[in-house]
Amino acid sequence: MKKLTLAAVVIAGLLLALTTLDFPRWGDPQTPASMHVSARFIEKSLEEMATPNIVTAVLGDYRAFDTMLETIVVFTAGLACFFILRTRMTREDLEPAAPENDPLDLAGEDLVIKTVARTFIPLIQLFGLYVLAHGHYSPGGGFQGGVIFAAAYILLAVSHDMKTALRHMSERASHLLSAAGVLLFAGIGVICMTNGVNFLDYGGLAGILGMSLATGHSFAILLIESGVALTVTAALIMIFKLLSSHGTVQEGF
Amino acid sequence: MIWEIKLAVLLVILVCAVAAITVRDLLGAGILFGAYSFMMCLQWLAMGAVDVAFTEAAIGAGISTAFFLAAVFRTTRRTKD
Repeated sequence: MKKLTLAAVVIAGLLLALTTLDFPRWGDPQTPASMHVSARFIEKSLEEMATPNIVTAVLGDYRAFDTMLETIVVFTAGLACFFILRTRMTREDLEPAAPENDPLDLAGEDLVIKTVARTFIPLIQLFGLYVLAHGHYSPGGGFQGGVIFAAAYILLAVSHDMKTALRHMSERASHLLSAAGVLLFAGIGVICMTNGVNFLDYGGLAGILGMSLATGHSFAILLIESGVALTVTAALIMIFKLLSSHGTVQEGF
Repeated sequence: MIWEIKLAVLLVILVCAVAAITVRDLLGAGILFGAYSFMMCLQWLAMGAVDVAFTEAAIGAGISTAFFLAAVFRTTRRTKD
């Protein structure tokens, strides 16, 4: 049976590798992908959406609906992990005779690890904010910034313990924040609608706030990226808390 | 990027992928998967997709490795098969 599986995998892999020969050449301008919609994005995105970074213009403006629903997917994933993993039991119920020398608990005692983590966490958070704020101009954006922010929190939880981490963001707070991010994103879309334009057409926001179109777009993209970052940060933190504490979100690590 | 480096990175990707599914220790598998993600990130970078590379580095090599490690520490390091 194992040999049969191996043969099937090898044949499928070879077929996939063979298919790549039919692909268009690297950077070929005559392919359908680079003939129709890409040319429009490259030529018009700056004047239509006033966003210097084309990737952000596509993700945040042309396909803002898509990005909003992706944010909802992340929110739903966090919620699903909560429903599957969360238990009402405490850790004592799960492991009645917890061994005294649990190697993981030593992590909370090490002064060097704690000090290094405390030094680096603000820097990581600052970098996360930088990535979030510069999504308009350079690679980055809400998703990456939010993940870096969540990584800083996970470093805190790993280097100290879950109690310290929960003091900085309780379970309730992470749930509320993950919902607030989606609400912020959709709310920007609705606010744009009140000015008589389409859902998530950021020109409307510029009209309401009385700023130029470029400023309005940049402001709206910062706001929706903040919404994405809130949801991603909170959902990832929630999943980590559930995974690392047997679903009790009390101790662990 | 120099094509020799790209080829070397591609070979490391293949080795990591095969090793991650054959290794018996789940902790090792998680770490190998992180290495695989990081090498994928280098490949995205070589193809000029900086945004994708950034996301791969943050999600694949960063957070998902942390999730794997958390799950391994709370369950078991041994695989059954």
